[in-house]
Amino acid sequence: MVTGKVFKYGDNVDTDVIIPARYLNAPSPAELAKHCMEDIDPDFAAAPHQGDIMVGGWNFGCGSSREHAPIAIQATGVSCVIAASFARIFYRNAINIGFPILECPEASEAIRSGDTVSVDFDSGVITDETTGETFRAVAFPPFINNIISHGGLLSYLKDKQGQ
Amino acid sequence: MGMTMTQKILAAHAGLPAVKAGDLIEAKLDLVLGNDVTTPVAVGVFDEAGFTKVFDKDKIAIVLDHYTPCKDIKSAQLCKTAREFASRFGITHCYDVGQAGIEHALLPEKGLVAPGECVIGADSHTCTYGALGAFSTGVGSTDMAAGMASGENWFKVPPAIKVTLIGKLRPHVSGKDVILHLIGRIGVDGALYKSLEFTGPGVAELTMDDRFTIANMAIEAGGKNGIFPVDEKTVEYVSGRVDRPWTAFEADPDAEYESEVVIDLDALEPTVSLPHLPSNTRTVDEVKGMSIDQVVIGSCTNGRISDLRIAAEILKGRKVAPGIRCIVIPATQAVSLQCLKEGLTEIFLEAGCVFSTPTCGPCLGGHMGCMAEGERAVATTNRNFVGRMGHTESEVVLASPAVAAASAVKGVLASPYDL
Ligand code: SF4
Repeated sequence: MVTGKVFKYGDNVDTDVIIPARYLNAPSPAELAKHCMEDIDPDFAAAPHQGDIMVGGWNFGCGSSREHAPIAIQATGVSCVIAASFARIFYRNAINIGFPILECPEASEAIRSGDTVSVDFDSGVITDETTGETFRAVAFPPFINNIISHGGLLSYLKDKQGQ
Repeated sequence: MGMTMTQKILAAHAGLPAVKAGDLIEAKLDLVLGNDVTTPVAVGVFDEAGFTKVFDKDKIAIVLDHYTPCKDIKSAQLCKTAREFASRFGITHCYDVGQAGIEHALLPEKGLVAPGECVIGADSHTCTYGALGAFSTGVGSTDMAAGMASGENWFKVPPAIKVTLIGKLRPHVSGKDVILHLIGRIGVDGALYKSLEFTGPGVAELTMDDRFTIANMAIEAGGKNGIFPVDEKTVEYVSGRVDRPWTAFEADPDAEYESEVVIDLDALEPTVSLPHLPSNTRTVDEVKGMSIDQVVIGSCTNGRISDLRIAAEILKGRKVAPGIRCIVIPATQAVSLQCLKEGLTEIFLEAGCVFSTPTCGPCLGGHMGCMAEGERAVATTNRNFVGRMGHTESEVVLASPAVAAASAVKGVLASPYDL
């Protein structure tokens, strides 16, 4: 369960916006976090975000396959991303690094920037504390839950291989 | 219910008699790919997790292509990390400066991908190999690390969109125009999570290089993969390159498709995508005359020999217009050599282009042609997002080699028919 302040963006937020290619040769998470979203929202990059929630529209994270994108967002302290839909590689990468993301078109539409929102990962229930509205996100299938509960794909694999 | 071509390949690699859209499966991998940007991240993840061996040193490809020959100290460090990993595990297919080229042109050329195979790559344009009738898709660095360690990965079986091609392309119209047209019609998320399965009589009319260009940009419509049936041209392409047995999969007649798009190749015009989304398409006639500063001919989309032949044919005996910088980048060492042999290099240099060593270079704003504020390029690359080729106030217009070359000559966005 997390509660945080919402930073909202539009549709088709691409990976070049999340973390511009010019910073890819500095792949330390803290360094990436400093430049996260800076091309469209310099204020976001400047502030700390422990527990904040990012909300996007359709096709969030489209573009390059760079895992730097969810890593950058996670490293800013943002606790999860809610979007109407995610680009598939971003979706994969986020799950593989154990970063929670929720697909919920209704929440993406209704929640406004600056709202306080809480998310219950177990039930998928999203509550906009500012307006009182609640939404239910698409629940993860058991397979994905298993990877997330292992803290990511690699620990899951190691467990499986007994390596 | 029957399966699509993609579903059949996935089922075979998961050891299952059948799969359907939405199923979560674990499939065996025939090849795992990484480049100089993504491999170092994967190496970090691999080491941090404490893995001590790779699943198969012959089934991993590491291609140093993005910032090579290294543009600065940071990229040199990245390449070093990738190189050291390759030598630590005796990775057979590690391609460095001098043997390398842009990964998605290089792997098919070297016979590292065959029809029916299942390939992941830590690069979004890994979907290129669908041209060969393989399932291939872009993943992240953690997936790459997991793939290298275990030789398998998880997939959500995609639903499909059937793209039926009919007719035949006119002169000066090529694979790039087909895919830009398609993305313009269905949008940058039109194929989100889905396969684009190309079929129909028009497929036989496309060259392999056209198919590579088309499959390459499946991701620009959000697709998980793009795939072509295996025909005589595919067999001709892989023979002499691939010496292991491979399987051609065919979609079942009753395969389920979420939707169908029909493209009449005869009706296609040279097409461009205006900034800042690949789906922002126009026919070149609608927007020609737009001012430009730079032309880039290359990338994993259009840096193959037939692309450079098209560009050279237009540039032959002509000059790049004053004030325009035209950068030609063969995708691989072999393409570069072929350009020399066929006299294309001379044509480019005489026209006033620069002819680069193989690299991704300006495609991602890396090096070899970054742009300043307010500048605009016509490029045969695949992405025109904000800041993709340099300054956030610079712009990229995506186009075919014919349109790019014609624009270099005219000094403005131009149609090859107007020369
Ligand atoms: S040429 Fe461009 S799109 Fe292709 S692999 Fe290189 S950077 Fe990526």
